[in-house]
Amino acid sequence: MSPVLRIPELSLVVLIGPSGSGKSSFASDHFLPTEVLSSDRCRGLVSDDENDQQVTTQAFDVLRFIASKRLALGKLTVVDATNVQREARKPLLELARTHHCIPVAIVLDIPATICRARNALRSDRQFGKHVVRQQCQQLRRSRKALKREGFRYVYWLRSEEEIGEVSIERVRMWTDKKELTGPFDIIGDVHGCFDELLELLGELGYRACSVQTESGEPVETFRHPEGRVAVFLGDLVDRGPRVADVLRCVSSMVSSQDALCIAGNHDAKLLRKLRGKNVQLEHGLADTIQQLEREPAAFEDEVARFLDSLVSHYVLDGGKLVVAHAGMREDMAGRGSGAVRQFALYGDTTGEVDEFGLPVRHPWAEEYRGKALVVYGHTPVPEPEWLNRTVNIDTGCVFGGSLSALRYPEKELLSVESKATYYEPAKPFLADAAGSPALSAQQRWDDVLDMQDVSGKRIIQTRLHRAVTIREENANAALEVMSRFAVDPKWLIYLPPTMSPAETSGRPDLLEHPFEAFDFYQRQGVYQIVCQEKHMGSRAVVIVCRDEGVTRERFGIEDEGFGICYTRTGRRFFQDAELERALLAQVRAGLDASGLWSELDTDWLCLDCELMPWSIKAQELLRSQYASTGSAGRAALAETIAELERAEAAGRDVAEQLAACRGRVEMLDRYIDAYRRYCWPVIEPGDLKLAAFHILASEGHVHTDRSHVWHMEKAHALAGASEQMLIATAYRLVDLADQASRDEAAAWWQARCDQGGEGMVIKPLDFLARGKRGLLQPALKCRGREYLRIIYGPEYTAEQHIERLRSRGLSVKRSLALREFALGVEALERFVSREPLRRVHECVFGVLALESEPVDPRL
Amino acid sequence: MLLTISTTHDPATDLGHLLHKHPLRVQEEVLWFGKVRIFYPEASKQRCTAAVVLDVDPIGLVRGRRRSAGDGTLGQYVNDRPYAASSFLSVAISRVLGTALAGRSKERPELVERALPFEAKLAVVRCRGGDELVRRLFEPLGYRVETVRHPLDEAFPDWGEGPYFTVRLAGEVRLKDLLSHLYVLVPVLDDSKHYFVGEDEVEKLLGKGTGWLETHPAQELIARRYLRHQHSLAQEALRRLVEDEGPDPDREHEAGQEEESAIEERLNLNEQRLAAVLSALKTAQARSVLDLGCGEGKLLRMLLMDRAFERILGVDVSSRALAIAKKRLHWERMPPRQRERIQLQLGALTYRDERLAGFDAAAVVEVIEHLDRHRLAAFERVVFEFARPRCIVLTTPNVEYNVRFEWLEPGKLRHRDHQFEWTRAEFHDWSEGTARRFDYRVERLPVGPDDPETGPPTQMAIFTRS
Repeated sequence: MSPVLRIPELSLVVLIGPSGSGKSSFASDHFLPTEVLSSDRCRGLVSDDENDQQVTTQAFDVLRFIASKRLALGKLTVVDATNVQREARKPLLELARTHHCIPVAIVLDIPATICRARNALRSDRQFGKHVVRQQCQQLRRSRKALKREGFRYVYWLRSEEEIGEVSIERVRMWTDKKELTGPFDIIGDVHGCFDELLELLGELGYRACSVQTESGEPVETFRHPEGRVAVFLGDLVDRGPRVADVLRCVSSMVSSQDALCIAGNHDAKLLRKLRGKNVQLEHGLADTIQQLEREPAAFEDEVARFLDSLVSHYVLDGGKLVVAHAGMREDMAGRGSGAVRQFALYGDTTGEVDEFGLPVRHPWAEEYRGKALVVYGHTPVPEPEWLNRTVNIDTGCVFGGSLSALRYPEKELLSVESKATYYEPAKPFLADAAGSPALSAQQRWDDVLDMQDVSGKRIIQTRLHRAVTIREENANAALEVMSRFAVDPKWLIYLPPTMSPAETSGRPDLLEHPFEAFDFYQRQGVYQIVCQEKHMGSRAVVIVCRDEGVTRERFGIEDEGFGICYTRTGRRFFQDAELERALLAQVRAGLDASGLWSELDTDWLCLDCELMPWSIKAQELLRSQYASTGSAGRAALAETIAELERAEAAGRDVAEQLAACRGRVEMLDRYIDAYRRYCWPVIEPGDLKLAAFHILASEGHVHTDRSHVWHMEKAHALAGASEQMLIATAYRLVDLADQASRDEAAAWWQARCDQGGEGMVIKPLDFLARGKRGLLQPALKCRGREYLRIIYGPEYTAEQHIERLRSRGLSVKRSLALREFALGVEALERFVSREPLRRVHECVFGVLALESEPVDPRL
Repeated sequence: MLLTISTTHDPATDLGHLLHKHPLRVQEEVLWFGKVRIFYPEASKQRCTAAVVLDVDPIGLVRGRRRSAGDGTLGQYVNDRPYAASSFLSVAISRVLGTALAGRSKERPELVERALPFEAKLAVVRCRGGDELVRRLFEPLGYRVETVRHPLDEAFPDWGEGPYFTVRLAGEVRLKDLLSHLYVLVPVLDDSKHYFVGEDEVEKLLGKGTGWLETHPAQELIARRYLRHQHSLAQEALRRLVEDEGPDPDREHEAGQEEESAIEERLNLNEQRLAAVLSALKTAQARSVLDLGCGEGKLLRMLLMDRAFERILGVDVSSRALAIAKKRLHWERMPPRQRERIQLQLGALTYRDERLAGFDAAAVVEVIEHLDRHRLAAFERVVFEFARPRCIVLTTPNVEYNVRFEWLEPGKLRHRDHQFEWTRAEFHDWSEGTARRFDYRVERLPVGPDDPETGPPTQMAIFTRS
């Protein structure tokens, strides 16, 4: 059988051998061409000559640069160079250490004569005999040094035959258990608290039973009837009263495959003691030793074997879950180096000690940005502490706290109280209630977001609509708006998407008509739609909490009231805080009276609304543009008509122009009427009107799984229960297969427009509707003829104008609407599932960035 | 858009010969932005009136517009341009009444050089600067001026008066002069940043202004407003200089105030402020400096000139401002020794940014008043906790001094973009509180004349890490 060289998947393989020893052929026989970095090739890359020894320094710079990029990405990399000198190997070992990869040496030890003979056959390798001889000598001197230098695997191949025979097997890293998907129950630091462990296992549903291991031995273990797997985060020993029982229990659960266990720093230290190393008997170790001495003699060996089998951390569930005793950085997870093990056992220690004599740790979790959930323990906290997709579940059982477990993937926490304070903590960790901070660790950390979460080109994954790309220049535009005008990002859990109009109507005097929207949805296979009255005000997102306590607990905001009302660009809607409070109080009163709090089982609610009058937000626009145009138009046309009338009286033929001018005056008057309808003075809160149309989210739920009829019913209940300000939105359910139903809806639209309404919004009955090509437009607007004067100009209905206006490109608008919709819903979903704020923020930031895309503002 | 020109010259119908338009016919010409019609509402021996009606096509303005053109309002379908007299009227005058404007008449050459009794009426013109400005522009040229102002919307009296006037001018003038005056002064009144009509605006202004502009007392204002339409970089820069921090130009014009002195004063103040900041940075012996909210780089340039500052990082939230700063600093051809001392980068002061750490000092000049008040807490942490330079020099307006700015309406902030302006007491409390929270010492200094009643126009705080 041919010899097998086993190398870890994540290795830096260093080939060592003199020139002519066959490294390149060996490399191409066993590795992908892209895995092999050859020094000769790099010489060629920088100098056009693969044998130019003058550029050795530059060539190795290139080689190491590429190698470091590959290793950072977790790609096995092979270095094809002579590497016979220690100085040449040193930087490669350093590289492997930096990226926590396993350094592997494969030595091709071929007699110098053969090497020389091979080189002689090559026209490009005409160097002196002494070169190969020297290399062979250097190689021989390295023989014993390689392990000492730091290579974890050294394979020394001594003949051409051996080189020809070997095969290479790539083995998985010890820490790689990605194939295990759980479900898991991850248990924090036990520290010999066996009674609490039994209770916790019981609560988690594990039952004592007797089973056979794979090798056929009977073992007493605990097993979950649904096949769940317990994961112990290490530190089984020291300080607690029943260390031996804990060890026995966990090791048997591991052997019966009912549990996984990783090493903690206490376990590692105990192992060193059992191995006869000289360690200091402090932090409870002496007590552990005493407890073990009471056990049968063989037990210590069993314990030593068990502890020796524990690895530093595991990567589980396809890479989505990482468990480590003291935590794990993203760039270390799944890798192997002394530093990784050190980090897993002790965390990111700075080398300093604090006033309690405990090592100071760098708060690695604050900077954690990985995709995987990291569950860890090591440092006792009063309550499990979530931060940036990490959670510390060491709740200090041995110190009189509790023993906690995290159910995965449910992310539910379960704790049992400690039965006693078995050991006094060096640093009090159960802070008294008065002294504990009002905000959670995550909320405190989220107080300020980081530039790197918003700057530059970004790709945001959304559940609804794949990945959404944000271009850098859009992000830059959004940065300015967001940083200068927007409300505290903690409030900003949603921004509404833009909405496209229906296709342009072919009717002679109309640009928009409901039938085009009906046809759009029908073509996509959607037959049930909801038509809603379109209010003409300003879009507003309203968040209301039951009280300021909820604002603090759920949103992490202090001293900013019990809610907020912000605009579609994330600005605070009201400069006047009194007005805002009055409005929010009305919404809250409506929620109280309607019973929606309890119906939705929530303490807060996020509503999508239209706030009227338009003039409250658009005052400046109204004065400088809308009223101005009306004022100038009336004066100019009146004068023009007067002159034309005089000319006509004087016998000039101006009849046609006079008629046209009179027509223009009529259109202008209609235009003025149109904008006036949406203006009224707001002197007191009662002058405001708020129409909610989406009950977007409440605790634990984004209501995109409810139909629009549900949303309308809840909004009506809210409006009905309030005394003022809140108004209901009129709506119709339409069956597109039924012509009468379509006609009735169109007539309803016409009637509303005739009464001065803006028009209507047409939505599929389902909030999230999918058509033939994926996610469908969540809504289309269909605006009335008179209203559109505000958009397309007072005289747009004149024939010579309207015909030119019919060509409108909708595709950009619709694509934006979809992407913004997906991002908005994504933001809510992330907020509801309590993801770190930066993850919510990148979505709303994305909406704002997309809004800076140039698109016809009249659509 | 309507202009009428009447005369009581005897015979008044000579107007037709002077304008080269027959009084009995309605004439129409098509220009690229719409149609011009000329007709005579009256044409008797005693009195003759020509009406020039310009129908600007609002759809064409939006759809067919050239990319380089003007400001945002032309891109709107809802637009006063079809109704109000503007530079489009000037174009129409030169195209349709070009012969008269040039002072030629086939039939009545002798009348061309004679001052005749004329009356001109602009049905609607937007007057930035109001009735007063109309008089300032036309009375020195010998016209009697009558104006009628139109309300914005009579249904909403609290929206106030609109900027539109009907303007009547009467005087004994040569027709070509009347037309030249209108050609130049209608766009000046309207003062819209519109399409520029050609490349040679300066030539046109001088040509049409020959004989009267040289001696016009409002010559500078006319030139400035007329040439504002030119989008040369220099003009753009001037415009921005005006906007930089003083009042909103629109508001200023409406108030009809002289702007020069105000600019003088502001420039002066800005220089004083930067000098004060620079001196504070020198005193702190800072060798690496952050300019947070560097804008277009005025302070950066000063820092770069002083070799004591070895490392300079300018940060601004506006990529446009950074581009201008680069241009002003001659970024592309900066010598390597200078280039390695300075960096510019986009950044917002409400987001933590590790690139800001490790500097001796930070200058935060006229920045915080641009932030939403609720976001100040984030700003404080980003600068004082995370960037944490040894010294922070920060300036902000003193709102109490605003009463000393005559051009500023009472109760208004200095810039429409300011989210707040603080009194000395407010600044005192904020700076003391911030210093305490983040373990800095703070001292406050006045910048500009320290008025006994109101205090200085600018207040500066120097924070030093304890």
